[in-house]
Amino acid sequence: MSQKDHRIYNPAMECISRDELTALQGQRLAATVKREYENVPMYRARMDAAGVKPEDIRSLEDLKYLPFMEKTDLRDYYPFGLLASPKSEIVRIQGSSGTTGKPIVSGYTRNDIDVWSEMMARTLTAAGATKDDIVQVTYGLGLFTGGFGAYQGADRLGAMVIPMSSGNTQRQILMMKDLGTTMLCCTPSYATFLGETIREMGIDPAKDLKLKAGCFGAEPWTEEMRQRIEELLCIDACDIYGLTEISGPGVAFECLEKNGMHINEDQVIAEIINPTTGEQLPYGMHGELVFTTITKTGQPMIRYRTHDICTLTADKCACGRTLARMGRIVGRTDDMLVIRGVNVFPSQIESVLVGADGVAPHYMLIVDRVNSSDTLEVQVEMTEDMFGDTVSHIENVRKYITSQIKSVVGIASKVNLVAPKSIPRSEGKAKRVIDKRNLH
Amino acid sequence: MFIKQISVFLENHNGALREMTELLGKGGIDLLALSVADTQNFGIIRIIVNSEQTDAALLSLRDNGYIAKMNHVICAEVPDRPLGLCELLGLIEKAGLSVEYMYSFLRASKGGEAHMILRLSDGRKAAELFQMKNVKTLSQEDVDAL
Repeated sequence: MSQKDHRIYNPAMECISRDELTALQGQRLAATVKREYENVPMYRARMDAAGVKPEDIRSLEDLKYLPFMEKTDLRDYYPFGLLASPKSEIVRIQGSSGTTGKPIVSGYTRNDIDVWSEMMARTLTAAGATKDDIVQVTYGLGLFTGGFGAYQGADRLGAMVIPMSSGNTQRQILMMKDLGTTMLCCTPSYATFLGETIREMGIDPAKDLKLKAGCFGAEPWTEEMRQRIEELLCIDACDIYGLTEISGPGVAFECLEKNGMHINEDQVIAEIINPTTGEQLPYGMHGELVFTTITKTGQPMIRYRTHDICTLTADKCACGRTLARMGRIVGRTDDMLVIRGVNVFPSQIESVLVGADGVAPHYMLIVDRVNSSDTLEVQVEMTEDMFGDTVSHIENVRKYITSQIKSVVGIASKVNLVAPKSIPRSEGKAKRVIDKRNLH
Repeated sequence: MFIKQISVFLENHNGALREMTELLGKGGIDLLALSVADTQNFGIIRIIVNSEQTDAALLSLRDNGYIAKMNHVICAEVPDRPLGLCELLGLIEKAGLSVEYMYSFLRASKGGEAHMILRLSDGRKAAELFQMKNVKTLSQEDVDAL
């Protein structure tokens, strides 16, 4: 695996020693906090209320004393209430529609556009791009950060950019073929659709197209989807992560090892916290991802809670980068259950079931309280592959699932194997949890 | 020596077994042998039918949402007298094999022997053992003729 041809855009930063990085993050954090305190009344009030002064923040260690920022802050102080630079310094607005009506927007200074472009240039380079590449951007070009993010990154590299924006699949494919697109930037679901359409049209990507890789993000996807995209389009499919609040796509990116997304830690600090208590959690544990921007000047975000659940690791990657990696987003804090004081995400249990041979991903979690102690029952549908002719065989399957859940989630559960199709199927988001505890 | 058996996964709830036997019965499938292994939450039902009906039984069960699998078990003849079964079990034990489960045919045999259906820890070794020790076993044709 490590025999891959890894390209690194900015080795000085992407391969920085962890000690140097920590020192750099500390300095940049202190400067960001000072700027925020002096320019954003809302955050100054929040720091005052927490009894924290800018001079208290001297190193990365001090990050934990700072109050959090939330998505609601972006709505409450819409549109310019969180700017830490004069409005005249803002050269761009990006935003997202938001599901509750009011959009959220983020203002970028020239510096912020530079920082973001660099992050995206690193992202594309990690997927194999150079100035010789032809990058087709099929993320929407508009308020949504996807299109401009990918465009700027490819532009920074000096690659040839085709700013297609989204939609018109036939035209996308025509341009891809005629211009010899080598890199694709879009959502994974659109990449799948493109691949299927290309196959239906009788085009053989290996012969008729020049695609080599793609950077796909803006929505959650799975390892199975990756395999499918790679097969359909004959490319390397790399995952990217980003959010408008922090910059946009490129906050974290996969290298060709495809083993977690490197976080641009010289630009942002990532933490994993316990979503209930707000305490920092060590690397390797599942929790809520929190970002602090340390180079943005327009609208810096300090300890911004993403509500995305994942893990972090700082283990060295075979690509040579020292930047810590984040795992796939396994869920949202809104889906979290607290059972016997332990945070449990239905998606963690789903990952155990999907990972076990022959087990169907149809499950139901039943949480109850018996004699003032919480219980977790996991109902799993029996499948032909799991079924053996002896009780001991089935008991072993049950015990295996139980122990896997215990090792991933950290609590004991009672696994019950139930008849096929006995767990209700629902269109769209499936109901996976029945909480019988009367907690309200 | 080996005969076809169908194993079915049943959730442990009222009426589950009746529903399953009703399905098979309405399909005209005759049960020659049946055993129920139950735990607190689920059961495994094992049945033997005439080999001409095995496929139909499997299909009908699967079409109706049951998890059902065909497998092979040994059917041994045991003299119908005190210690008859015990002697057979002694042979198995001495050979270092163990019994995973065992049940018998529903119909009495004509010659006064009991027909035991056995799953041993190692089917191939069991076959060799029974051959060596002259334990009479039933073939699929024997069973179909019962």
